[in-house]
This record gives sequence, structure tokens and C-alpha cells, in this order.
Amino acid sequence: MDLTLITESVPKILSGIGITFQLMLLSAILGLILAVILLLMRLSGKWYLSWPAQIHIYIFRGTPILVQIFIIYYGLPQFEFVRDSIFWPILREPFGCAVVALTLNTGAYVCEILRGGVLGVDHGILEAGSALGLSAQQKFIYLTTPIAARIALPAYSNDFISLMKATSLASTITLMDMTGIARTIVAQTFAPYEIFISLAIIYMILTWVIQKTFGRIEKYLSHYVNP
Amino acid sequence: MTDTLIKMQNVDKFFGDFQALKNINLEVKRGERIVICGPSGSGKSTLIRCINRLEKHNNGHIFIAGKELTDQVKDIDAVRREVGMVFQSFNLFPHMTIVKNLMLAQRLVRKIKKPEAHKTAMHFLERVKIAEQADKYPVQLSGGQQQRVAIARALCMKPEIILFDEPTSALDPEMINEVLEVMTDLAKEGMTMICVTHEMGFARSVADRIIFMDEGEIVEEAVPEEFFDNPKNERTKQFLSQILTH
Ligand SMILES: Nc1ncnc2c1ncn2[C@@H]1O[C@H](COP(=O)(O)OP(=O)(O)OP(=O)(O)O)[C@@H](O)[C@H]1O
Ligand SMILES: [Mg+2]
Repeated sequence: MDLTLITESVPKILSGIGITFQLMLLSAILGLILAVILLLMRLSGKWYLSWPAQIHIYIFRGTPILVQIFIIYYGLPQFEFVRDSIFWPILREPFGCAVVALTLNTGAYVCEILRGGVLGVDHGILEAGSALGLSAQQKFIYLTTPIAARIALPAYSNDFISLMKATSLASTITLMDMTGIARTIVAQTFAPYEIFISLAIIYMILTWVIQKTFGRIEKYLSHYVNP
Repeated sequence: MTDTLIKMQNVDKFFGDFQALKNINLEVKRGERIVICGPSGSGKSTLIRCINRLEKHNNGHIFIAGKELTDQVKDIDAVRREVGMVFQSFNLFPHMTIVKNLMLAQRLVRKIKKPEAHKTAMHFLERVKIAEQADKYPVQLSGGQQQRVAIARALCMKPEIILFDEPTSALDPEMINEVLEVMTDLAKEGMTMICVTHEMGFARSVADRIIFMDEGEIVEEAVPEEFFDNPKNERTKQFLSQILTH
């Protein structure tokens, strides 16, 4: 075990944390928006909205995320219409491809998590809303959303951690996130053991921070369960 | 005032092939107190849930204050503004404080400004003797207190009539009376109410009419004295002998 190698390489690896964070936060935000859209499509009760959402979820939960990244990065540019489209500036860059892949993937998972939350809302509460004259939209905004959010949060925080770890796959399409940098250092130093252990520890610390943060949010949202 | 508030004409309700309501005819006048009783599964809940459209009737007509209940969203909204409902399981909004529970529909449905909605909420909380709990969450209250809040929440909408679906059957025995008291007060003040309950003491002292249902039908309809002392139908007699010996 070469300690100086570790102390030298950790700062280098950390210089990629910005990319890791950008991938994580962008995909998490866009993925959450996508998940809500997919959820509304699924709950619409209209087959022409519900089916596309279910097909999307089926595809992105049914295939490895690494394969999805490869298809988007290597596969899509083969098509003339992709290169001519307004999305080309995004899909031309590995960063854009990684964000697109992670967003589509996490959106599918989070949609199912949110759906679990919505289905977990006590039916009687919604009936009370109806009886008081609230419209379907008002019930969704003021009753379903806040209650479902609390139910879904623990599962959502797990998905968020999965997403954080999945950002490391972006290194396979040349991105210099923390994993990408670590791989470069290994290629130069031939010391995979020290470098990858250091990298693993950094990811573990990140996971810990995310867990703590979500724990706080959960506690806040649950104030009415354990006041 | 003796004008008709609710009129059900030849109402049928099906769940798939199962007929839960069979040719229901019922008229409720303003200020009347109706108690509905009957064995489990006889259609009591279904009947009152048809009145505010939580269930959709399949045949017949239902009029609320002269307006027919149809598929029109506008009609349903109008009816729900006039008809309050109290459920067996309280159904308070768990994520809102008591006073916010009472303000939500006032603000969203009646479009009442916040200070006035708050004032109305506190007024009715005082009436059900629970104003000091205004800023607590539902889980912090006992069942009896929660049910009184639910009644106050319905009252905030200033409904013409309140429907009660077994409001005391989820309560511990020692809490039943505090809820019945509130309901008796309401009755005295002239509130129109339809109440599904097996509290026969309450029925005897408060009801203008008692309706007995069995297998989706109204089997007997009578004033309390007649209903208890001289029931006509065999099934009513059987039901009463069961419930009164318990
Ligand atoms: N949503 C539903 N789907 C199918 N069947 C239903 C539904 N709601 C009620 N039923 C059936 O309709 C019948 C009447 O139900 P209802 O709830 O009105 O009875 P109830 O008189 O209120 O009984 P309880 O005293 O148990 O509350 C029952 O046989 C019940 O199983
Ligand atoms: Mg019932």
C-alpha cells in the first residue's frame, strides 16, 4: 500500500467531483420532471398517454444503464436526422449524452416510486376532499402531492444514491468525472488497488452525505406523523 | 319551512351485477332529521354516498334543492357545496393542522379570504368545543376529537344538509357521547341531517323519521315511537331485537 500515492491522487480525483455533481444534479432535476410527466401520463386514464409512458418505463428499467449510455453516445449519431435535429448540440457531446441517458433512466425509476406514493394515499382522505367540493386538480395539488411525497421519499433517496453512483459510468464515454480521472491515474501509475480504494471511499462519503440530507428532509416532511 | 331539500325517485345502484340499491324513494324536507339503520351490507352507505355523488346512481333521479344530479361537473360541484359529509373514519387531512383542515375548502371552493376563513374555522371549532387544539395535527387528537373536527370542517362550508355515515362506530365507547352531543346540538339548531347510525338512543331522541334498510331496499319508514314500539315488518323486528339486546 503506497500512502504517498494515495495522498497525491485523492486531490486529483476530487478535481472531477464538479463533473460528478453536475451529472448527478442535472439528471436528478430533469429526471424528476420527466418522472412527474410520465406519472401524469400513467394516471391520465387515457391509453394514448399511458401506453407510451409504460413503454418508456419498461425499456429503461429493463436494460442496463451502461448499454443505454452506449446506444445514445455511439448509436444515435449514426442517424442523419439526429445530426440534423436541434438536439445535436447536446448529443454531440459526451456530457450531454450522459445527462440524457441518466435522465431517461432515473425518470423511469422515479416515476414508479412516485406512483407508489400516490397509490399509498388513503382513499378516504380524497373522498373527504371530494365531499367538500374540491376539484380533481385541487385534490391532486393539496392532498395527493404532499402526502405522496412523504410516502415516496425513502425510496426516492435510494434512487438518488443509485443515480450518484451511476454517474461513474459516464467515464466510459471519455468524461473526466471522478472515475474517469481515477482510471487515467491508474493507466499512468499501474496502481489500481490504491487509486480505486480511494475512489470508493470518496463515493461512500458522498452516499453518507446524501443519506443524511434526505434523512433531514424526511424528518421535516414527517412532522405531522410524529409532531 | 317545509320545502323539499332532497328527493330520490326510483333510484337503483349497481356494482357490476350486484344491485346495492333497489328502487329507492326518499324525500327529505328542510330541517328534517332522518336516521337510517339496517344490517351490514344493506346499502346504507351507498344510499347517502349517492346523494353527494361519491357513488353514481344507475337509474332514477336525485334532486338536491330542486337541482337534478347529472353527469355535469357543474351540477356535482354545486351539490357538493350544499351537502356536507362526515365519515366513519374521520378522514381529516393528516398533513394539515386542525385549523388548516377547516380552512382549505373554504379558500379553494368558496374562495373566501384567509382572515375570514380563519375566523369561520375558529368559530366552528369553538362550537364543537375544541378551539384550543387548532394548531395541532390530527394524529395528536383522540378519535372523538377528530370526529368533532370533521363535523366542524363540514359546517365551515355552511351546507344545507349534513350526511353522517356511522360517525361513532370507529370510536371507543367513552368518546361516543361527546360526538353524539355535538350532533344533537346541531339537530336542535335545525340542521337538516341524514344519519346512518346504530345508536338507537340518539335515533329515538333526535330523529323525525327512522328508515330501515335491508338488501338494498327501504323496508320500513316510521317516526321513532312507531318504529321502536310497533314495527310492522318482520325484518325490522328481527333487526331491532338483535340490536337492542346487545
Ligand atoms: N365499491 C364497491 N364495489 C363493489 N361492491 C360494493 C362497493 N361498495 C359497496 N358494495 C357492496 O354494496 C353493498 C352495500 O354496501 P354498503 O357499504 O352501502 O352497505 P352498508 O349498509 O353501509 O353496510 P355497513 O353497515 O357494513 O357499512 C354491500 O354488499 C357491498 O359489498
Ligand atoms: Mg356503511
